[in-house]
Amino acid sequence: MFPVIVSELSSPPPSAIVALSNLVKQFGRFAALRGITAEFAPGRLYALLGDNGAGKTTLLRTLAGLTRPTRGAISLLGTTDVRAACREVGYMAHPSMLYDEMSGMENLRYFARLYGIEDDAVCSEVIRAVKLDPSLERSVGQYSQGMRQRMSLARALLNDPKILLLDEPFSNVDLGSARDMVGLLAEMRNAGKTLFVVTHQAALLEKVADEFVWIEAGKIVARGRELEPRQPPAEAE
Amino acid sequence: MKRVFPILAVGTAAFLGYGFYEALWVAPTDQLQGDVYRIIYYHVPSAWTAFVFFAVNFVASIVYLVRRNLKADAVAVSAAEVGLVFCSVVLVTGPIWARPVWGIWWTWDWRLTSTLVMWLIYISYLVLRRFSSSGQTPVLAAALAIFGGLDIPLVYFSIWFFRTQHPQPVVGDGGSIDPSMFQVWLINWGAFLCFGALVFWLRYRQALRLQEIEEAEALESLLEVRGA
Amino acid sequence: MSFRSGITRATLAKDIRLEWRSKDAINSMLFFALLVVVIFSFSFDPTAEDSRRIAGGLIWVAFLFAAVVALNQTWARELRNQVLDAYRVSPAPPNSLFVAKALGNFIFVGVLEGFMTPLFAVFYNLRPLGPGWELIPVALLGTWALVVNGTFFAAMSLRTRSREIMLPLLLFPISIPALLAMVRATSAILSGEESIGFWIALLVAYDVVFTMASLFLFETVFEAE
Repeated sequence: MFPVIVSELSSPPPSAIVALSNLVKQFGRFAALRGITAEFAPGRLYALLGDNGAGKTTLLRTLAGLTRPTRGAISLLGTTDVRAACREVGYMAHPSMLYDEMSGMENLRYFARLYGIEDDAVCSEVIRAVKLDPSLERSVGQYSQGMRQRMSLARALLNDPKILLLDEPFSNVDLGSARDMVGLLAEMRNAGKTLFVVTHQAALLEKVADEFVWIEAGKIVARGRELEPRQPPAEAE
Repeated sequence: MKRVFPILAVGTAAFLGYGFYEALWVAPTDQLQGDVYRIIYYHVPSAWTAFVFFAVNFVASIVYLVRRNLKADAVAVSAAEVGLVFCSVVLVTGPIWARPVWGIWWTWDWRLTSTLVMWLIYISYLVLRRFSSSGQTPVLAAALAIFGGLDIPLVYFSIWFFRTQHPQPVVGDGGSIDPSMFQVWLINWGAFLCFGALVFWLRYRQALRLQEIEEAEALESLLEVRGA
Repeated sequence: MSFRSGITRATLAKDIRLEWRSKDAINSMLFFALLVVVIFSFSFDPTAEDSRRIAGGLIWVAFLFAAVVALNQTWARELRNQVLDAYRVSPAPPNSLFVAKALGNFIFVGVLEGFMTPLFAVFYNLRPLGPGWELIPVALLGTWALVVNGTFFAAMSLRTRSREIMLPLLLFPISIPALLAMVRATSAILSGEESIGFWIALLVAYDVVFTMASLFLFETVFEAE
C-alpha cells in the first residue's frame, strides 16, 4: 500500500501553470463552458467535482487540446498554443483509449512511438508503476475494469508529463485498485506534477487533493481546501 | 437593401424578358433543327452561369479556410445552391431538346454528362452540410468544395476524351456558330447572371441572418442562469 | 522526417497487426467480395458475348463496392474506446496518421482485388488480348485513386450523421474521372483495341492532385471540433 500523504503547502504557489481567462466553449446552442477565469498552481492535485453535464469533461478536453475554445484564452505551461504544450500533457478519459486486441505492452509501445519514444524500458517502467505486469500477453479487451483503467493511466504517463488530466479514473474500479491509483497520483503530485482529476468519488481524494474545485453549469462555483458541503457561492465567477 | 431590391428585381425581369424576346423572335431559325433549337439560349447560358457560381463557391471555400470568416461560408453555400439550380436547368433543358431532335431523352454527350457529374458533386456538398454538426459544417464543406473544384476539370477532360472516342449525338455543338446567335447567348447569359446574383444576394442575406440567430441563441444559453 | 515516417510505419504496422488478429474483418470482407462477383455474374451473364466487353467496367464497380465497406471499417476501429483521442493529444502529426491509414487501406483493398480478379477471370473467361502486364499500373494507380480520397472522406464522415452512407455519397461523384479511366483502360487492355496512354496520364494526374489535396487539408479536417 502506498502511504497517503496529506499535502502541506505553507507558501503561496509561484506563477500559474494553467491560466484560464473567460473560457467559453459552445457546441451549437449548448454552452458547455460559460466563461471560466481561473489560475492553477503547479505541483498541486486539483479535484474537479460537479454533476453530469456541468462541463468538467469539456474543460479537460480543452486543456488537452482536443477541443478549441469558442472564446477566451488558455495559457498552459507558459504558452497559449495548447497543441505545442502537448508533449508535457497526459490525458486519460473514461473510455480506455487503448486497442482491445493488443496487449498492454503492445499498446504502450505504439503510443510511445507517437511521442518519439522508442525505448521499451520506458513502457515497462510505467506499466510497473501502475502495478501491472509488462510481460502480460493478455489483450487489453480481456482486462478487468481496474486493470484497464490502470493501463490507461500508464499510457497517459508515457511521456512523463508535467500536467496530468484524468477524467473519472476511478469509475467502475474496485476499491483496492482505486486506492492504489490514488496513492500513485499522490506520488506523482509529490514529484512535482500537476494533476487535474475529474471524479464523482470525491471521498477517495479527500486526503490527497490540494484543492477541490466545484463546477456547475459551465462555471467554477467554488474552490476550497476542504471537502465540505458546498456553501452557496459567495463569490461565484 | 429594401429600396434597391425592387428596382434591381424589375431591372432583372426586364433583362430576362429582353433575352426571351431575342431568343424566340430575333435570333434566326436554325437550318437543320428549326425552331426547336431555340432552347439552346437557355441551355448554354445556364451552364455558363452555373460555372460562375461554382467558381465563386470554390474561391469562397478557400477564403473561409484561410480566414475562418463565417461570411465566406455564407457566400459558399449560397453560391453552391444558386449554381445547382442553374445546373439543374441545364440537365432538364438537355433532354427537352434532345427528345424532338434525336428521339431520345438522354444523350451521353460529353458536356451533358460532365454537367451531370458536376451536379452530383454539388448535391453531395449540400448533403454533407446537412449531415454534419453545425460547428464543423463550414470546415468540412469547404474541404469538400475544394476537392470538388479540383475535380471538375478532370471530369470534363476525361469525359471529353471518352466521348471523342465514342461519339454520341452532340447537344449544343454542331459546327460554327452564327454571330447573331452568339450575341443572343451573351444577352441571355447576362440576364441569367443578374437573376442569379439577385437570388444569391437574397440567399446570402438569409444565411447571414441564420448565423446571427444561431449566435444570439448561443449567447443566450451562455448567459442564462440555470437552477438556483 | 524520421519522426513522421516512424509514426507512419508504426501506425501501419499496428493496423496490419490488428487486422490480422481480428480475422473476422478480413474474412467477412473476402466473403462479401465473393458475393459481389457471384451476383454480378447473375446480373451480367458471363456467357454472353457482350459481357466480355463490359467486364472491365464490372470488375471495377465490384472493387468500388468492396472498397467502400473496407474504408468505413478502418477508421471505425479508431473510434472504439476513443483511441483517436490518444493520437490527437500526442505530438504526432495528423498527416502521418493519414498516410498510414491510406497505405493500410491500399493494402487491404489490394488484397481484395487480388482475390476477386482471378474469380472474375474464371467466371467471365477473361483473357487479355492486349498487353496484360499493363493491368498492373492501371490497378495500382486506380486503387490509389479510390483509396486516397476514400480515406480522406471516411475521416470526414466520422464527424457526420449516417457515417456509413456519407462515405460513398462523397466518394462516388468525385471518383468518376478516375473510375472512367480505370474502366476504359481495363477494357482497352482486355480487348486489345485501344492504347491506354491517355488514361494512365489521367490517373497519374488525378492521383497527384488528390494526394496533394488530401495531405494539405487532412489536418484541417482532423482537428475540426
